[in-house]
Amino acid sequence: MKNVWTIFKRELFSYFNHPIAYAVIVVFLLLSMIFTFTLGSFMEVQDASLTYSFFAYLPFVLMVLVPAVGMRLLAEEHRSGTIELLGTMPLPMSAVIFGKFLAAATIWLIALLLTFPIWITVNWFGDPDNLTILSGYLGGFLVACTFLSITLLVSAFTRDQVICLIVAATLCIAIVLGTFDPFVRAYAKALPSGMSDAITSLGVWDHFMSMARGAFRLQDAVWFGSIILACLLGTSAILSAKRA
Amino acid sequence: MIEVENLSKQFGKKTAVDHLSFSVRKGEVLGFLGPNGAGKSTTMRMVTGFLPPSSGDAKICGISIVDQPSEAKRKIGYLPESAPLYNDMTVTGFLRFCAEARGLSGNTRNDAVERAVETCFLQSVAYQSIDTLSKGYRHRTCLAQSLLHDPEVLILDEPTDGLDPNQKHEVRQLIKRLGETKAILFSTHILEEVEAACSRAVIVDRGKIVADGTPAELIAQSGTGSLTDLFRKVTTLDTAA
Repeated sequence: MKNVWTIFKRELFSYFNHPIAYAVIVVFLLLSMIFTFTLGSFMEVQDASLTYSFFAYLPFVLMVLVPAVGMRLLAEEHRSGTIELLGTMPLPMSAVIFGKFLAAATIWLIALLLTFPIWITVNWFGDPDNLTILSGYLGGFLVACTFLSITLLVSAFTRDQVICLIVAATLCIAIVLGTFDPFVRAYAKALPSGMSDAITSLGVWDHFMSMARGAFRLQDAVWFGSIILACLLGTSAILSAKRA
Repeated sequence: MIEVENLSKQFGKKTAVDHLSFSVRKGEVLGFLGPNGAGKSTTMRMVTGFLPPSSGDAKICGISIVDQPSEAKRKIGYLPESAPLYNDMTVTGFLRFCAEARGLSGNTRNDAVERAVETCFLQSVAYQSIDTLSKGYRHRTCLAQSLLHDPEVLILDEPTDGLDPNQKHEVRQLIKRLGETKAILFSTHILEEVEAACSRAVIVDRGKIVADGTPAELIAQSGTGSLTDLFRKVTTLDTAA
């Protein structure tokens, strides 16, 4: 645990020493607000909730921006050779990966918290269910963590940051768009019945939107948790296997 | 202190290290010589636990790097070949991070960092960002990192590479001094360094040891009184391989 903390501190410090964290946070805030006030018609719907005006657009923004934050985590270590320092210190590889993952997740926690003006606005104009909003934020954070773990898994295969960004973003986009309801309805006609339900429950929307609506179900926690854990363990296993 | 037993490493079909065995005792500085691509760095990476060996083992103070990597790594200080560093940190910040990763904390950590900064003459750049350092300082910062936990075994991959003659001299003196109480394995291309700093040297070629002895013995072996002649005699040109 102490090892995770050591790596986490260094990694978080490094994020704020590079323009990338600031750039991604600013772009995230701009995009999520643009969606909220245009497509989400936040001011017009007269609904004191963030579910369909704000949260519903989060996966679209996160699917591209999260890989941009995660792509350098392992690639930088390989490029600069510092992986050799880490690899010869008495640190388990899993602690290194988990520490890095937590640092990048903290960037997303900060980014999400910085959307607080919208929470103030909705409380100013109406009387929303703040527990539902909290659940939505938690869901958004879990989506970010899921995409981050996928990015880490991809970055274990390649030392090239650009390739990592492209492949990881493609995977995240596939997960988001492939299970987006209008798309599923369009291609479900060509599939046997029941398939569309299966696809929907495999994708991010079913689990994320249930949290955004304020329902925290066990299957959602399991879905997010198992993907994150599987990807992180996979990253660790691949990195160890690659050296052999 | 370092016992390498039948260490081998294959990358695909290519054998980088071929059943290498040698040992380094406490108070000994072993020079590890050989042409580029002879398997020096690969051997060091296996001994430090960065690369798992294809077969064989290395024991650090009697602890197997294969079976108990964490315990063995605690005994080793390692300077990788290109002196990799985190460019976004300051020298002190980097050394603190390394000390923490080595399990030191609080005052022990600060004392260790202070001692390493002094040993490697880094006082003047201690709070400078690493990406502004010259090559000599970068090298010494990475060397300082390997000394933090006062390891019993030091493994240095080309510690004088890219340094100017003054810095080379300083680093050699440092190696010699540290070698009195530790077991040191260091690789180099510079043959004069062997006489200046080593108590023993081995020459490896294509993953095998081709000469082993004290500098004086090796010079005697050459027949001409020159280590360069011996080196050229026992190693193969990379164009021939």
